Amino acid sequence: MISTRRQFIKISGLGFGGAAIAASSVKLAHGAGLFGSDDDEQFNDLKNKRFPTYCEVCFWKCAGWTHTNDKGEIQKILGNDKDPHCYGRLCPRGTGGLGMYQDEDRLKTPLIREEKNGKQVFREASWEEALDLIAEKFNKIKAEDGAESIALLKHGTPGKHFEHLFEAFGSETVGEPAYAQCRGPREAGFAATFGSWIGSPEPTDIRDTKCLVLIGSHIGENMHNSQVQEMAQAIDNGACIITVDPRLSTAASKSKFWLPIKPATDIALLLSWMNVLIYEDLLDLNHIKDNTYGFEQLKEHVRNFTPEWAYNITNIKPDQIRKTAYEMANAAPAVIIHPGRHVAWYGDDTQRERAMAILNGLLGSWGKRGGFYLKEGFKLPSYPHPAYPHPKWTWRDLAKDYPLAGMGLTQEVIRASIPEEAGEHKVKAWLVVGTNVKKSIPHQDLVNRAIEALDFLVVVDTMPMDIVGFADVVLPECTYLERYDGIRSATNREPSIALRMPAVPPKYESKPGWWIAKQIGERMGVGEYFDYEDFSEVLDWQLQQIGSSLEEMQDIGVKNLKRKSGSLYFAEGEKVNLPTNSGKIELYSTELAAKGFDPMPKYTPHAEPEEGFYRLIYGRAPMHTFSRTANNPHLTDLKDKNTLWMNPKVAKLWGFETDEEVYLKNQDGVITSFPIAIRVTERIRWDAVYMIHGFGHTNKKLSRAYGKGACDTEMITNVKVDPIMGGTGMRENFVTFIKDNGKGTKA
Amino acid sequence: MRYGMAIDTLKCVGCGDCVVACQTENNVPFGYCRDWITETIDGTYPQVELEFRSERCNHCENSPCVRCCPTGASHIVEGGIVVVTADKCIGCSACIESCPYDARYTHPLGHVDKCTFCHHVRDYKQTTACSAVCPTSCIYFGDLDNPKSEVSMILKNRKFKDLAPEAGTKPQIFYLI
Repeated sequence: MISTRRQFIKISGLGFGGAAIAASSVKLAHGAGLFGSDDDEQFNDLKNKRFPTYCEVCFWKCAGWTHTNDKGEIQKILGNDKDPHCYGRLCPRGTGGLGMYQDEDRLKTPLIREEKNGKQVFREASWEEALDLIAEKFNKIKAEDGAESIALLKHGTPGKHFEHLFEAFGSETVGEPAYAQCRGPREAGFAATFGSWIGSPEPTDIRDTKCLVLIGSHIGENMHNSQVQEMAQAIDNGACIITVDPRLSTAASKSKFWLPIKPATDIALLLSWMNVLIYEDLLDLNHIKDNTYGFEQLKEHVRNFTPEWAYNITNIKPDQIRKTAYEMANAAPAVIIHPGRHVAWYGDDTQRERAMAILNGLLGSWGKRGGFYLKEGFKLPSYPHPAYPHPKWTWRDLAKDYPLAGMGLTQEVIRASIPEEAGEHKVKAWLVVGTNVKKSIPHQDLVNRAIEALDFLVVVDTMPMDIVGFADVVLPECTYLERYDGIRSATNREPSIALRMPAVPPKYESKPGWWIAKQIGERMGVGEYFDYEDFSEVLDWQLQQIGSSLEEMQDIGVKNLKRKSGSLYFAEGEKVNLPTNSGKIELYSTELAAKGFDPMPKYTPHAEPEEGFYRLIYGRAPMHTFSRTANNPHLTDLKDKNTLWMNPKVAKLWGFETDEEVYLKNQDGVITSFPIAIRVTERIRWDAVYMIHGFGHTNKKLSRAYGKGACDTEMITNVKVDPIMGGTGMRENFVTFIKDNGKGTKA
Repeated sequence: MRYGMAIDTLKCVGCGDCVVACQTENNVPFGYCRDWITETIDGTYPQVELEFRSERCNHCENSPCVRCCPTGASHIVEGGIVVVTADKCIGCSACIESCPYDARYTHPLGHVDKCTFCHHVRDYKQTTACSAVCPTSCIYFGDLDNPKSEVSMILKNRKFKDLAPEAGTKPQIFYLI
């Protein structure tokens, strides 16, 4: 679906000149070869050769060191030993992060869309011209429609700089796929139970747990670094891992119990676990009495949800349900029913997460060693700036139909951008930074209509992702290895801060996000919000306020701070006081009841595939992050395309073999842009197929990623929206296989 | 002194970090690798077993690659590490053919290349890039002759296997199972 007015530009004929990238120089003698580091005698030699950073390849933001060689070129990136996100060990994406810097397909200069001989093309532009144009357009829209009608779609660290810019000129119209498309339901579900969000990194005390329960959570395939490390520690410690998954995931293969559940039936299993725990008297009743609210209602609610009842729904045998419930009860309170991360599946996701939270509540794992620790964060003082103006409306107004929405709903920003779909508030322009909305948002039909309708679209990125082709102006951001960004300050067992600084100057004409935001701000007449020449001044000021300095952080990279909020766990027998309405763990949610939702989770059957169709499930590969790494030369070396996992029974029925390519067609007749190779494997059920998210790129300028594999997002046209918080459930989509895509191309 | 590795298949998640870390530490050109991941699947759904292995040169005590090298480029250095001297290598590929583990490749510069156990850092580091980076800490590297080394201790306490024992090469890499 390529817009006619806003033609997709394949960034062709641009004469992408500039310095040819030196592919990692091949040497026989090896450079300064050190890993591990701080305690090393050679440390002093390194000081001028390594620069602190925290990783931007995913959201885990592990701190590390960028090492340069004697020519000042980036040689490698190693983890920072002191960092609680990685304990000195980066994951493959972090280790391969230098591929983002080296990638010869990077965006190199600002680009402006123009019409030439009736055809839309990009032409290279100076920063001056591109920034002037953006400021002029934004100010015009601000004057005519209000600053609120300019929306920010963002992901990752650079988003912060643009959030500041937007708030400075009067817009809080923000959407972030990390919420409604990802972890929003768990934040709502756990907040309704314990009063606070899970947040990132998850405060799961995996290293000390006795029982880790994973429900559609793929630790090891998602490389959420410290979680993977702690799961390995838990394996060493002999912890019982229980994995619920229709697929033999990596984690499932390391589990004492793998429950190969029928997809979309998780709530039934969770309810039956509650039934066993309650009716077989496996709970600590003092804990229930002191710390929970609504136990009697819950007990009545789950009375009939026996393992035998659940077996018919989930295909999990009753004795397996009981055995796993006993494992949890024996381990309690050192047990974790992990909240997962991407949990927008079926539209009742907040309730599924509620069921997981309730189990944790019953077992008493919240605030307990081996359960959930009491996280503590640290907030740096904000660099002084004038108060932000008050917008007439914000993302909250766009999300008003979803009472528990806690962040901007990307899909509602998109809807507000389509005149015939928009309500009272209309969006006219987008600035997209760090998220490829052609891959990260389901229901691409809506996305395409929005893009077509927009007056103005600016994309800030390091790579020519699919969305770049739709921009009016493209701004090349430099990679995280070439820039300063805000201090990473995350919640952990102990609060910690980490610095990102440039190891090398920006390549080509690329610029840091902070600089771009400041330049646009100054041109829009809100320069007083950007009272600094260089972002390092902001960082130094902030660090000085807490008794550190930029100089100190350049030296150490990570600073771990002392806890101020007290103990990491509740004391034995301590009565908890939580920020819920009742002050207790709400097994019965007063908040959901007050808002007109089920106060306790119910199982609702979901649609099933018709004959010849298979449920599409998707996931992560440990060496890739979403679609953003698909062109990284180090990581494509490990995996350059996705495959379609298919049970041998299904393959036999269709006469398919491994490596045979097919197009996918979904229930709405949508066909993938590219074919995908089949992988026949016993690791998947017969009623579902599985693929890794983030492949099937349509931009030819991604020389390693273009046309490699298929894009799951294209198949997700049936979106089940969670009425509680607006999550976009993506797993009620079914695909069948075709050899001919109807355009004369055969797989 | 005899260097070797024990690699814990119960912890390895097959993420490939060992491969990337080796590439960046040792300047392995894109498209080539000195270590790699294999995935073995056994059984029928839902009784399925899965094993990931990080594989590399086994630094065999009885090494066919060294025996067949016509120039002496492939040789064994202190600690039993099998290395290739690039300057002496004529790129005949005899060693590649002889290796039962497919652990060697021809570098674009013409010589044969392979894992060195990160020999270049041995003076100051008793570890390798792959072992130091592994997020699951599943790669134990050390001196097999020293009964108190971590690798010796873990081999004493755990079940393990080696690869292609039928080749009789006496590999120095063991997989914990």
